[in-house]
Amino acid sequence: MKHYEVEILDAKTKDKLCFLDKVEPNATIGEIKSMFHKSHPQWYPARQSIRLDPKGKSLKDEDVLQNLPVGTTATFYFRDLGAQISWVTVFLTEYTGPLLIYLMFYFRVPFIYAPKYDFTTSKHWVVHLACMCHSFHYVKRLLETLFVHRFSHGTMPLRNIFKNCSYYWGFAAWMAYYINHPLYTPPIYGEQQIRLALIIFLFCQIGNFSIHIALRNLRPPGSKTRKIPYPTKNPFTWIFLLVSCPNYTYELGSWLGFTLMTQCVPVAFFTLVGFIQMTVWAKGKHRSYLKEFRDYPPLRSPILPFIL
Amino acid sequence: MASSEEDGSVEEKENNNKKRTKSAVATAWLTFYNIAMTAGWLVLAMTMMRFYIQKGTHKGLYRSIARTLKFFQTFALVEVGHCAIGIVRTSVIVTGVQVCSRIFMVWFITNSIRQIQNEESVLLFLVVWTVTEITRYSYYTFNLLNHLPYFIKWARYNLFIVMYPLGVIGELLTIYAALPYVRRSGMYCMRLPNKYNVSFDYYYCLIIVMLSYIPLFPQLYFHMLRQRRKMLHGEVIVEKDD
Repeated sequence: MKHYEVEILDAKTKDKLCFLDKVEPNATIGEIKSMFHKSHPQWYPARQSIRLDPKGKSLKDEDVLQNLPVGTTATFYFRDLGAQISWVTVFLTEYTGPLLIYLMFYFRVPFIYAPKYDFTTSKHWVVHLACMCHSFHYVKRLLETLFVHRFSHGTMPLRNIFKNCSYYWGFAAWMAYYINHPLYTPPIYGEQQIRLALIIFLFCQIGNFSIHIALRNLRPPGSKTRKIPYPTKNPFTWIFLLVSCPNYTYELGSWLGFTLMTQCVPVAFFTLVGFIQMTVWAKGKHRSYLKEFRDYPPLRSPILPFIL
Repeated sequence: MASSEEDGSVEEKENNNKKRTKSAVATAWLTFYNIAMTAGWLVLAMTMMRFYIQKGTHKGLYRSIARTLKFFQTFALVEVGHCAIGIVRTSVIVTGVQVCSRIFMVWFITNSIRQIQNEESVLLFLVVWTVTEITRYSYYTFNLLNHLPYFIKWARYNLFIVMYPLGVIGELLTIYAALPYVRRSGMYCMRLPNKYNVSFDYYYCLIIVMLSYIPLFPQLYFHMLRQRRKMLHGEVIVEKDD
């Protein structure tokens, strides 16, 4: 069996960083990353970007050496992706924050509102309902992170956790401040409005969960395969006929429900910003579906049926 | 905040390549736009100078140029549109932030808080903006006409070193001077309880705006310094006939 020689150069400075000889032809990029890590312990595999061209795309961990367009002496270029953190860690941190922060405002912990209101409870029952819905939403997200989602990437850059947590925690505090405020004004149309809002919210929570389960079942455990999602027996997944990313559609619906329930401008703002971000993600995902699958259903829109 | 623009060297090379593909209409419009803006800010500059020479003081100067300033600074919003439709290769967000910060200063500070209109800091940022905008728009104009005098290029990539910090000082001092008047009048404030369940305090909003200069200004400043180094480096390698 002919062995390969692998040299790894820095993509920017072109310095020779590592030379590996007697590499198996069926070695994967992932294995090469582990070998590189041994000689440079500060660059663990998750922060290595290995590419054929200094300005090219990163090679995948699953790519096999002999299937790549390289000679028996392969030259790869290395780029440091910076400190990495696992997706699971980021999700757990960014979701636990809002859960706890909202509760602090709900229980009117001292130093938030005037001292005479410390540890009092709101006299409006919609405020209690809102707390239950908000908490339920984030507990659901935490459980999905632990037991449902299958991530295609293991890690993301470390600075993302600061950005993401600022966003989630900041907005949670801003919303919770007003909803649990002693001077909170309940919805104009009273019980009718709150009931409708709750129905929308619950419907979309179930919908969002159904989509997450459907997406999980597309992918066998431990794999990173990508398939076109299709409607299943669950009616909540029938929206796949019209939309590529119904999880975002349902998420938007949940927050619209919550906005209606609380009649609070900061909540509306949070819904709007989230919608903009999810639309960007949905359009990207829709585009990569179209690129990857020639038989992709043409009727589907990225996030809103027929509209967006 | 004073304007800082995208990669000048990229823009220069891109203009030469893209000219063939870019529609003639777009080029004509942009040329007209940049000439008009250069003229507008020149008018502002001359009005300001004439006022100061005639009256010997800066008191009342803002009032005399207020309408012209508001017109030309607000019109700059179209630059966001230029980026959005792609006839100018700059990020929509960067341009948006720059134009919005100018609009904010003009409409929400100097226009609505009359008591600070005669502050020296207002004169300071007006002078800085005028110099910067005349340089910037004439740079774009000459670039579009494919005939860039060296001194315009020099001005664009060197004046900012002094202008930018001075402009920031002028703006910050002006906002700071406005604070007591905002506090006292309670302008743009919304209190609880109300049916939208939100509150807004313009005073604290201004303080947050002032604090935001701390992270934002160095980023924009060092971006411009990097562009400058690239432009000077480019000059050495490729001798362009100016």
